[in-house]
Amino acid sequence: MPMPIKLPIYMDYHATTPVDPRVVQAMLPYFTEHFGNAASRNHPFGWEAEEAVEKARKQVADLIGASPKEIVFTSGATESDNLAIKGVAEMYREKGNHIITCVTEHKAVIDTCKRLEKEGYRVTYLPVQKDGLVDLNDLKAAISDKTILITIMTANNEIGVVQPVAEIGAIAKEKGILFHTDAVQAVGKIPFNVNDLKVDMAAMSAHKMYGPKGVGALYVRRRNPRVLLSPIIDGGGHERGMRSGTLNVPGIVGFGKAAELCRLEMASDTARVTALRERLNKKLHEGLDEIYINGSIEHRLPHNLNISFAYVEGESLLMGINDVAVSSGSACTSASLEPSYVLKALGAGDDLAHSSIRFGLGRWTTEEEVDYVANKLVSVVTRLREMSPLYELAKEGVDLSTMQWEVH
Amino acid sequence: MAYSNKVIDHYENPRNVGSMPKEDPNVGTGLVGAPECGDVMKLQVKVNPETGVIDDAKFKTFGCGSAIASSSLATEWLKGRTVDEALAIKNTDIVNELSLPPVKIHCSVLAEDAIKAAINDYKKKQGAGKTVDTHAQPTA
Repeated sequence: MPMPIKLPIYMDYHATTPVDPRVVQAMLPYFTEHFGNAASRNHPFGWEAEEAVEKARKQVADLIGASPKEIVFTSGATESDNLAIKGVAEMYREKGNHIITCVTEHKAVIDTCKRLEKEGYRVTYLPVQKDGLVDLNDLKAAISDKTILITIMTANNEIGVVQPVAEIGAIAKEKGILFHTDAVQAVGKIPFNVNDLKVDMAAMSAHKMYGPKGVGALYVRRRNPRVLLSPIIDGGGHERGMRSGTLNVPGIVGFGKAAELCRLEMASDTARVTALRERLNKKLHEGLDEIYINGSIEHRLPHNLNISFAYVEGESLLMGINDVAVSSGSACTSASLEPSYVLKALGAGDDLAHSSIRFGLGRWTTEEEVDYVANKLVSVVTRLREMSPLYELAKEGVDLSTMQWEVH
Repeated sequence: MAYSNKVIDHYENPRNVGSMPKEDPNVGTGLVGAPECGDVMKLQVKVNPETGVIDDAKFKTFGCGSAIASSSLATEWLKGRTVDEALAIKNTDIVNELSLPPVKIHCSVLAEDAIKAAINDYKKKQGAGKTVDTHAQPTA
């Protein structure tokens, strides 16, 4: 018997995920019973907390093939990205002042790089190809003897494309340049091994993998090479001096449990969400013409689908599916009307960028939910196209790209 | 973004969606906005040449809910007005009627532009000579 559908439907798993009940169970004792400060060295309350943190450190390390000593806990991936980029920039300033990143990175990377530019660093923002992937030849060409860091994300948060991280890692290693990757969307979802991929630093976040908000980690390689970071937060010298501040013990315990579950259940989770994603994609394509998937299909997270619905504006589309939680690439909230910079970087054209929706499926997405969302979208897009002057013009055979528009 | 009930009503039950023949000498067509800005409005008026009264108005809009509501409301207001009365519709009237927030005022401006563009097109067809400036001055 099909499960009844509970509305609204959550299909925005790239934004955040619900905490797995098993994770909550693991966390609970650490709020009340075992509330100690992991840095208290001289009584059992502290020892218990420390032991729990070290267990979690191993659980997180095991998920990415690292050693526990290489895991630095932080408040989340934004902090991890800041620590990696600013920490390397300051520590290796003598060696060089050039950083290479990419235009479709998360703001936690882009804005950190922009700040460093103001401080005298030089940053190269690599373009991406139509499929959202970095061209390795562009990367090689951008490297100079002043390059100290390459920071390229593993999987994109909007379009879900997975960059050729292993190839980038090999290039960085060959040139003796440190390589950081924002792996927030990838870790726990697809196989990610720091040695296979040759990454030197990787940013992670618990709440993207069914753990709690407010806790993340930075993987920092300790051997071949040993990465040194200047801390960006000064204080009591926690986390081997790289990140001062009392550890968020319940959060870290939850992160560890979430990481363990992701490691043990990745294969079955992936098979399930891939099938659901394909079902959604197929139903949308059957019901509608002129819809376009943004980004590579082949190199993509299993639970991501990002589609542009031509001739329909994203915000009005979201309004029509207001019992479905998804994200739009359009941000029609100001006079400037800036569509997603990620979609613009693909060269899709601003009109298609304004017409996009990101679907993020996850551990609790059901077939019934997928069918509901697909049917609803087909009917709303059809209705909005009936009132779209662009759809009418296109059906009349007018090439919209050659029309003269009066831009406000 | 929280929409007013009136915006939601126009979005869910848009008035006067459709198209009239562009070649009809009594039909004026205005097409304003640009796809890359996320807003395009097509607004048409059909004028009774004897009386100068707008008998019918139709719209099609690519844009957010507020843009759809602004143009839907405009077509409601246009019907039964004379051409000159139609030109008196201001974007602020639309803002007030739909309770548009500041970030959506451009939708009302676009609707006013669409009205002016449609009427200018009609006047041009009628050889009336004098046309009005199609750019609304946002006053809200």
